[in-house]
Amino acid sequence: MRLVVDLTRCQAYAQCVFLAPEMFELHGEEALLYRQEVPDEQLERVRQAAAACPVQAIPVGEAVSARAR
Amino acid sequence: MPGDLREGPIVIVGASLAGLRAAEKLREEGFTGSLTVVGDEPHPPYDRPPLSKQVLLGMSAADTTGLPMRRDPDADWRLGVRATGLDLVGRQVLLADGESLPYDRLLIATGTRARPWPQPEQAALDGVFTLRTREDAGCLAERLAAGPRRVLVIGAGFTGSEIASACRERGIEVTVAERGTAPLVGALGGTLARLAAGLQRAHGVDLRCGVTVTALCGNDGGRFTGADLSDGSHIDADVCVIAMGAVRNVEWLADSGLAAGPHGVACDAGCRAFDMYGIVTDDVFVAGDVSRFPHPLFDYQMLSLEHWGNAVAQAEVAAHNMISSGPPRRPHLAVPVFWSSQFGVNIKSVGVPTYSDQVVIAQGSLSERHLVAVYGYRGRITAAVTVNMAKWLEYYQGLIEAAAPFPPAPGAADGHPLVTEFALPSDVPDPRGLSHGPTVALTGHLPDRRLTVVRPAG
Repeated sequence: MRLVVDLTRCQAYAQCVFLAPEMFELHGEEALLYRQEVPDEQLERVRQAAAACPVQAIPVGEAVSARAR
Repeated sequence: MPGDLREGPIVIVGASLAGLRAAEKLREEGFTGSLTVVGDEPHPPYDRPPLSKQVLLGMSAADTTGLPMRRDPDADWRLGVRATGLDLVGRQVLLADGESLPYDRLLIATGTRARPWPQPEQAALDGVFTLRTREDAGCLAERLAAGPRRVLVIGAGFTGSEIASACRERGIEVTVAERGTAPLVGALGGTLARLAAGLQRAHGVDLRCGVTVTALCGNDGGRFTGADLSDGSHIDADVCVIAMGAVRNVEWLADSGLAAGPHGVACDAGCRAFDMYGIVTDDVFVAGDVSRFPHPLFDYQMLSLEHWGNAVAQAEVAAHNMISSGPPRRPHLAVPVFWSSQFGVNIKSVGVPTYSDQVVIAQGSLSERHLVAVYGYRGRITAAVTVNMAKWLEYYQGLIEAAAPFPPAPGAADGHPLVTEFALPSDVPDPRGLSHGPTVALTGHLPDRRLTVVRPAG
């Protein structure tokens, strides 16, 4: 699984940083940095973070599986 | 007929953010036909903003920024193959491997690439980089990790400034060379750009504005050693990053008959491409950085945006319209928003700051590293830029959408009087005088600027 943060929407409420500190961190007061590859043991925390985001800016999903034709 | 629009082959050229989001949206809205996505890079869609931030800081590897699918678009991904031509009459996309892909509807989302250094021999020196792709970022991050004595960044737009910021954070000496008067001046105008210059210098950047780089120098081994500047000075450096903005990937459309030119492919508010006569097509759509579209909030001028959020919003509108006809079609009217994090601050912008004649600091101050600058054009609010005050962006977006009067009334935001009593000129420069490209470009009213370019025959 992987995630991305829509930083257009992000307003640095930092709920994700509290819920999944190994995946998200604030750099300075409100610049959010994140890791995109979600290890299995972080998946539940990332799901909670995505659900808790007040501006719903964290899509989580499978990596694109580029199948051959 | 609407029923038919849910079938029939759709081809998307461009396998990055806009291409992926359009593919997802097509399926979400019930498209059941075959869907092919063509991308010239060999990788599935990945996210680029982290490449100049997390990746250069060494927090994430360059190959870990792949984008998540919100749903599987069940597409045939043709990756690592470039589209080389478009036959509008025969309705097919020509590929570099000789194949042609027939389509019933086409989405063009080929984006941009890094503007290269104009001297190819100098650009080929070992240690000279651009930053656009995953490979660019991986190689540059590796070089930064090796501890160069000095990095030279050419161009102080958002990308160049973020690279310089990452270098300083890693303790690397960095020189930034910019032809304009200050960093970010092309996107934010001169008033805020002076603040950006102060920020860079406070973080130890050797910032040289009003100069151009006249030559990149190398040693006998072909390794970059430094550069000559137009003021007669020379910079010794081990690494050089060319951050001179982006070039739209439109060359493959040169003979297609579409209104494609240096500013992108012109389209209407419904993302339908114009042909070279300014007639709108009904089966070719455009989205993302390669598009150029009219916006009613900005006098219907055509906008070219290099924004993550625009790529997503426009791709979704294009996908919806590709499988809708008549009144259910939607316009792409999203107000432009972008962000940049650099030198410890988060900068966000809403609206078009360069579509302005005046600016006021409405809240905060740079000394506090918190501020909102509000831009106006002929007495109405057209943009706002926040520094570490992102939560205010939505409020000002509302004022822009409502064409609220400029300057905003004292106390309009938080009950405090405006910080600057008088509006200042926003001091927007001619982008031709800059090393960096503005990521928001007002490109005038004409659907096809290509008609104004004289091309040598043969």
